[in-house]
Amino acid sequence: MSFVLIVEQILNGLQLGVTLFLMSAGLTLIFGVMGLINLAHGSLYMVGAFAAAAVAGAFGSFILALIAALAAAAIAGAIVEISILRRLYRRDHLDQVLATFALILIFSEGTRWVFGSFPLYLDIPNYLQGPVMLPGGIQYPLYRITLIILGVLVAIFLGLLISKTRIGIKIRAGENDREMIAALGVDISKLYTMVFALGAALAGLAGALVGAIQSVEVGMGEPVLILAFVVIVIGGIGSIKGAMVGSILVGLTDTLGGVFLPKILQLFIDISTATNVGSSIASMAIYILMGAILIWRPTGLYGSRL
Amino acid sequence: MMSERNINLLTLSLFVMIPVWAYMADEPFTITLMTRAAIFALAAVGLNLILGIGGFVSFGHAAFFGLGGYVMGILAWHAQNYSPLLEWPLLIEGTNSMPVIWLLSIILSALLALVIGAVSLKTSGVYFIMITLAFAQMMYYFSVSWSAYGGEDGMSIYVRNEFPGLNTLDPIQFYFLCLMLLLASLWLVSSLIKSPFGLALNAARQSPQRVQAVGLDIHRLQLFAFVVSGAITGLAGALFADLNRFVSPNMFSWQLSGEFIVFIIIGGVGRLFGPVVGALVFVGLEHFLGGISDFWHIYLGVILLLIVLFSKSGLIGLIAKKGGHHD
Amino acid sequence: MKSLLNVSVGIITAAFLTMGSASADIKVGMITTLSGGGAGLGIDVRDGFMLAIKQSGRSDINVVIEDDQRKPDVAVKLADKMIQSEKVDVLTGIIWSNLAMAVVPSATAQGKFYLSPNAGPSVLAGKGCHENYFNVAWQNDNIHEAAGAYADGAGYKKTFILAPNYPAGKDALVGFKRYFKGQIAGEIYTKLGQTDYAAEIAQIRAAGADSVFFFLPGGMGIAFLKQYSGSGVDLPIVGPAFSFDQGILQAVGEAALGVVNTSQWNKDLDNPTNAAFVKSFKAEYGRLPSLYASQGFDTANLLISAVAKADVNNTDAFRAALKSADFDSTRGDFSFSSNHHPIQSIYAREVIKEGDIYTNKTISVALENHSNFYTQDCKM
Repeated sequence: MSFVLIVEQILNGLQLGVTLFLMSAGLTLIFGVMGLINLAHGSLYMVGAFAAAAVAGAFGSFILALIAALAAAAIAGAIVEISILRRLYRRDHLDQVLATFALILIFSEGTRWVFGSFPLYLDIPNYLQGPVMLPGGIQYPLYRITLIILGVLVAIFLGLLISKTRIGIKIRAGENDREMIAALGVDISKLYTMVFALGAALAGLAGALVGAIQSVEVGMGEPVLILAFVVIVIGGIGSIKGAMVGSILVGLTDTLGGVFLPKILQLFIDISTATNVGSSIASMAIYILMGAILIWRPTGLYGSRL
Repeated sequence: MMSERNINLLTLSLFVMIPVWAYMADEPFTITLMTRAAIFALAAVGLNLILGIGGFVSFGHAAFFGLGGYVMGILAWHAQNYSPLLEWPLLIEGTNSMPVIWLLSIILSALLALVIGAVSLKTSGVYFIMITLAFAQMMYYFSVSWSAYGGEDGMSIYVRNEFPGLNTLDPIQFYFLCLMLLLASLWLVSSLIKSPFGLALNAARQSPQRVQAVGLDIHRLQLFAFVVSGAITGLAGALFADLNRFVSPNMFSWQLSGEFIVFIIIGGVGRLFGPVVGALVFVGLEHFLGGISDFWHIYLGVILLLIVLFSKSGLIGLIAKKGGHHD
Repeated sequence: MKSLLNVSVGIITAAFLTMGSASADIKVGMITTLSGGGAGLGIDVRDGFMLAIKQSGRSDINVVIEDDQRKPDVAVKLADKMIQSEKVDVLTGIIWSNLAMAVVPSATAQGKFYLSPNAGPSVLAGKGCHENYFNVAWQNDNIHEAAGAYADGAGYKKTFILAPNYPAGKDALVGFKRYFKGQIAGEIYTKLGQTDYAAEIAQIRAAGADSVFFFLPGGMGIAFLKQYSGSGVDLPIVGPAFSFDQGILQAVGEAALGVVNTSQWNKDLDNPTNAAFVKSFKAEYGRLPSLYASQGFDTANLLISAVAKADVNNTDAFRAALKSADFDSTRGDFSFSSNHHPIQSIYAREVIKEGDIYTNKTISVALENHSNFYTQDCKM
């Protein structure tokens, strides 16, 4: 196994991690501020991807498509928050699980009703096509590099937003003490809608960005949703920093496990068994990682202690 | 308004009357549908013990459901092919006797629950939800890639397993077998709830410190509840596999774990009959809405939303109108 | 095992014979995927099937259609419903191998006919074959075997192969290797449902292969092709038709252009049945037919041909009528092998662009009058 291949796989793991971060940042924010478990977060990811595909199809502009994804997911998020979810903040997690489970059904079939049953077309723009040469002779797709950079920018933006701005102060206050923030005269329901829309927009952005290199289809949000939950649990629920670290860990484990486990096993057993067993274990790797971390730290890496 | 007790009686009588009517009217499919409801109810009754009374939301009970299914599938497959399950160190043959399969499903699910519970119960809240999910996902991916027993294709068992003295291929006989097990589990859970163990478990959910102060080991209480809970759901899995004469990794899927939770919430969390009412309503909705249009999931979603928004403690709570006995 | 099976089949048949259909009409139960991610395939099979029924003008064929949501247990439930309450004579419609494995053995054991418009798992062709089971599409290995034969004929010497880690994926790689004589540069089983293939593409790049064969149905294939085309790896790809078919191709877009894929059908196959089918499907539904639509259409026409020859209640005569495959297939020559799977030619086709629409052009015959590997295992 060459050095180049290893570096390339690490980059792949980082890129997966970064896209997971876009998903899990919103999820963890919404949980941290409102205490809401949002299973429908994957649906917002799907909404973003479909909106992007529709706009890219109509106007041919990728930038416009990304804006549409952000807007559509934010609007869908705000509507759902105002009409349904805000009634559930005070309920226990079970009611939230059922309600957002119901929302998944409505979103998925609603999308299929509007866009039909076949996957939609969304491609990366010409100026991001093709590979670039990185130092050390590594050939890597430009688009994926862009994704990594974009993800890091979003992380910085979120970090600044929370630590340096007035909204950030309110969000942090909301995470710590919901009653107090209301007493301070902050319009709490507006804040909640805003946080929810922000999380939704990030999910929508992730959907559009990933949709360009995967397939835009109904149900695309659910596998990512599960991964995002794994991420925020590893990182500690409510912690943006935890979401960042968790995303990178999950991204690297998933990618590197799938590549290297079969190779390592090949040293001990014959190739086809190794391929088989290796890929089986690799598909369980992130769950094993999560189990191990929770045994070590029951509230995740950066979660508040019980 | 009806009292909760009357609602329970009504539910039970539905579970008896509908199949009897279907038998008279020669509508075997209605019996199949009721069998499905009874088995789902059994699985959810198991879950309700740890979720409703213990206060731990397990999002991974499909792990036990699937395990029960695979116990049935593997034993019956070996019996069907006359190939022993294990030749060394001792000869183990497959079997198609239901009681043996049930017993093994219960034991193995309990063991799995012991392992999962020992690890997971150290966490709580959302972390518990996710770690149980993680275990079920591991089982799922394992079964998908375990090609010896069919991988993702699963295994077909051509004939239903046997129960002494009954013809299990007859839908109504198999149905009443399932119903008996459901009743037995309801009886078990209700006597557990009333026992000192149940009272302590309930108290531990509401105020852990107080229970600890009395000198009880909360962790062991909860672990025991989790083990019983997993065992009941595992038994349901074995029955479900027998109903379909088929097992596949789908029985481990997180959607199924989610559906068990949904049954409980529809009916009413922590109520003895909550999961039973919920499973019946859900199976009914699935059946009747499925015929309306290709997009029937939208209707199902809307109905579920309405139930959450307008009833604080499930359908039983909505009808009984006197609030849940736990909040 | 066989004797046990026969006894049990006897019991089940006896239990269900009492409720055989009363009228001379024939009732068909279609269980297919109409909601969720894989709905496109089921809808095409349904539309192709119903088009043929409509064109036949027969009012004595009643079709009941239900959505299996791609869940095996739901498919089993629906099969029970069709058999117990709708009292159908023939079942059809299932798209996925794992659902077929859940439904077909018990349905045929209960004396029902099953006509498969899509899935053809190897078990049902070999040890688990049944006289009432007819596959009108292909045995699962077929399309991949043709891909192997094509890759061989095209002079590839060292191919990298990948498929998801599940039975159909393993069948695919085995099928490919059965007809490819060159060297395998690497073999990967990916996670089922995986959507990011960067790691695999990196391995392909490093493997020193001269070509790539992949089987990744549905969204997995779309994701792989898009990512592959942007990766700078430009080895030629060979794949089965599933990732290059009419419904899915528009979503893959330019990344698929020029790729050679293997299929038993294409819209340009030169026979009058096919020409009429393509034209009427387009007129009826306003879109080009897919592989799946053609399979649905052929399945219905096989059924119609059998209904014209024999009464479904006369099981033996009806089975013989099905077996003779006396219908005009959109694929041209079509007959059944001893295990009731198609003997048909499989073509290599190339993805082209016609105006704004991506579609396929037949370029050569990959395997002529091809049967399947499992006939020897089937004791019928």
